[in-house]
Amino acid sequence: MESKRTLNRRQMLKLLGFGAAEVAVLAACGGAPAQQAQPAGGGQPAASGGGGGKLEIFSWWTSGGEVEALNALYDIYKKKYPNVEIVNAALAGGAGAGGNMKAVLKTRMLGNDPPDSFQVHLGHELIDSHVTPGRMEPLDELYGSENWNNVFPKQLIDIASYQGKPYSVPVNIHRSNVLWYHKGLFSQAGVDKPPADWNEFFAAADKLKGKNIAALAIAENGPGFTGHVFENILLASLGPDGYRGLFSGKTKWDDAKVTEALNTLKKALDYANPNYLSVSWGDVNDLIIAGKVAMMIMGDWTHGLLKSKKFSDYGWAPAPGTAGVFMALADSFGLPKGAKDRDNVMNWLKICGSKEGQDAFNPLKGSIPARTDADLSKYDDYQKGAINDFKSNQITPSIVHGAAAKESFMTDFANVLNIMATKKNADEVQTKLVQAATDANFAA
Amino acid sequence: MQTLQPKPTAKEEHAPAAAPPYTTRRLAPQLRGDMAIAVLVLSPSIIAVALFIYSFIGWTFYISTVNWNDVLPDYTFVGLRNWLRLFRDERFQTDLRNLVFYAVPFMAQCIVGGFLLAALLDQHIKGEALFRTVFIFPFAVSGIVTGVAWRWLMQPETGINLLFDAVGLGFLKSQWYASPDYGMFAVTIPAAWQMTGYIMALYLASLRGIPIEVREAAHLDGCGTFALYRHVIIPLLAPVTFTAVVLTGMNAIRVFDLVAAMGGSGAAYATDTLAFYMFQMTFQSNRFSLGAALAAFMIILSAFLVVPYLRSIRHEVE
Repeated sequence: MESKRTLNRRQMLKLLGFGAAEVAVLAACGGAPAQQAQPAGGGQPAASGGGGGKLEIFSWWTSGGEVEALNALYDIYKKKYPNVEIVNAALAGGAGAGGNMKAVLKTRMLGNDPPDSFQVHLGHELIDSHVTPGRMEPLDELYGSENWNNVFPKQLIDIASYQGKPYSVPVNIHRSNVLWYHKGLFSQAGVDKPPADWNEFFAAADKLKGKNIAALAIAENGPGFTGHVFENILLASLGPDGYRGLFSGKTKWDDAKVTEALNTLKKALDYANPNYLSVSWGDVNDLIIAGKVAMMIMGDWTHGLLKSKKFSDYGWAPAPGTAGVFMALADSFGLPKGAKDRDNVMNWLKICGSKEGQDAFNPLKGSIPARTDADLSKYDDYQKGAINDFKSNQITPSIVHGAAAKESFMTDFANVLNIMATKKNADEVQTKLVQAATDANFAA
Repeated sequence: MQTLQPKPTAKEEHAPAAAPPYTTRRLAPQLRGDMAIAVLVLSPSIIAVALFIYSFIGWTFYISTVNWNDVLPDYTFVGLRNWLRLFRDERFQTDLRNLVFYAVPFMAQCIVGGFLLAALLDQHIKGEALFRTVFIFPFAVSGIVTGVAWRWLMQPETGINLLFDAVGLGFLKSQWYASPDYGMFAVTIPAAWQMTGYIMALYLASLRGIPIEVREAAHLDGCGTFALYRHVIIPLLAPVTFTAVVLTGMNAIRVFDLVAAMGGSGAAYATDTLAFYMFQMTFQSNRFSLGAALAAFMIILSAFLVVPYLRSIRHEVE
């Protein structure tokens, strides 16, 4: 097991390469400054005849990078369907998960006034909030006619599906199990390579501690960040199958390996920046840049942020113990029942899933395409590596980013792990996790 | 209450036209006419209040007794199960503790601070209007803006802490709202900053209403300034203090915007409040029935403050 992991890691590093190219990126999940919803540029008056009317797209993409990426999709749409007026209903999310936008969306869906199509995390965030209540149309026919079953990885389509039918079209993929490390601090402490598993992590952390350097960045002034780190530890301890089983009832949350993961987290917290209860998620990158902390487990939107801050002395590797697995989250669009402009939405979804659309969107967004046939020349070194991993790795859904479980579990999970970061009582926390899993009906 | 006040006036105007000495029975026809007009005039607001406030309160109580804890509505009656779950919930208990940690310092700062400012302004100082305006200005700022600005000020790594360092008062540095122990207390500072001016205005208006004769009489009886406030003015202001307690108390029960803008529920729920918990339950976790039980609980808490207040007002009117 151990040697296999190492081998995978080496392969991966080779594939990933080290280096950086310029790409305009903003965090997929970072808090965005509040902005007014604004109409997209060039909204032409609807003309009569085929392909006329409107198309309202609801998203939480309002900050730099995201807006350009979305506009790139709009441009393709406008070129193909010049008579359709695109209404860009974007509402800043904030707090990491599109909070405001989701609340407005919920109100509109419950009130039978759905937008034509809306941004949603692929997976249970869509399924449990909108598919099981019967408010979305299945897209299996569209997947068939567009040949998407062959270009999206099967494990990704599984995440998007409910009762065997996919309900949304992924436009991008972010990887959340990445370890980012400060090269300068590593050489200062004599750590020669990023840790491949948690044993190596603690060995490196001790060396760093000897130089009075905190090993792991944690930002837990509110619930969220520790949950993100913990889902990666869970994956390391349970492996991809065991991890997936957590949400189907096959793996129990009171399993000894979950306990082991909690204890690993508890130990890791001792090597974290000591002020972690007062650092917010948005400020955590600055800890790395300032050289205060050596490592951070974070999604690959961080890559764009670090580059945009002109910081280059960093490297990356899969989070400890997760080589060969790709913890994925994806933004996607679906088709609400009762959408006012159904044909226009179908055309929109086709563009979202097309090679042309994905290769226009993702280099600007700083993510990788969900399709496996991307034009590699458009992406930087990190992205090229991630694209290759995405093709070959096991794909697992992220909890914190809405892919693995329903929203109530996401909230509970983040809150429970916040208690872990504060009180460090593994038994108490595991009891609460079991309760949260029972509430979420994973066993059913 | 205000809408009811014109009624006695109308009665006084019409009463002389009726045959004196007037008893309720004799006046009945006129009264009925007045009543008809009053009912007609008031009915739009009565209907609006009944519909948009009381019916929704009723609906909230109803939802708290059903099993709607997922996206899809589920109106299966479950009795008090949601309430029981709430009372056993650790976070709920922490929120109750936080309510005390918030309410007591917040009310104390507002009422003591407001009274002191009012008493000082009442000394007929120069530039009184300017000070009055300055003190009451924060009340015009929305809770979200206050929260964001104070979040920056109280950021543990920056803000006020850096100022303390700069002037050699490093020992005053604090984790502020980020502290798992006294985070709630830090939240009361901006809350009181915002509300104190308003309480000051309440006190100032009443101080101005105390006749000068009362003060002179107290002086003649040998009252010093301290004794004057202690034995004459503060007791005279008791109704205002009561109003201030109710206002700030209500504010403490429902506080949401400040907390949401500052740090959310904070580390280990240190700055969590009932309202924030309710929001998260209802709109993030889709547990509508649990959220409704929380909301209903908050209504009951508020009623403990409001009902005595309304009774006392009715007492005064009568």
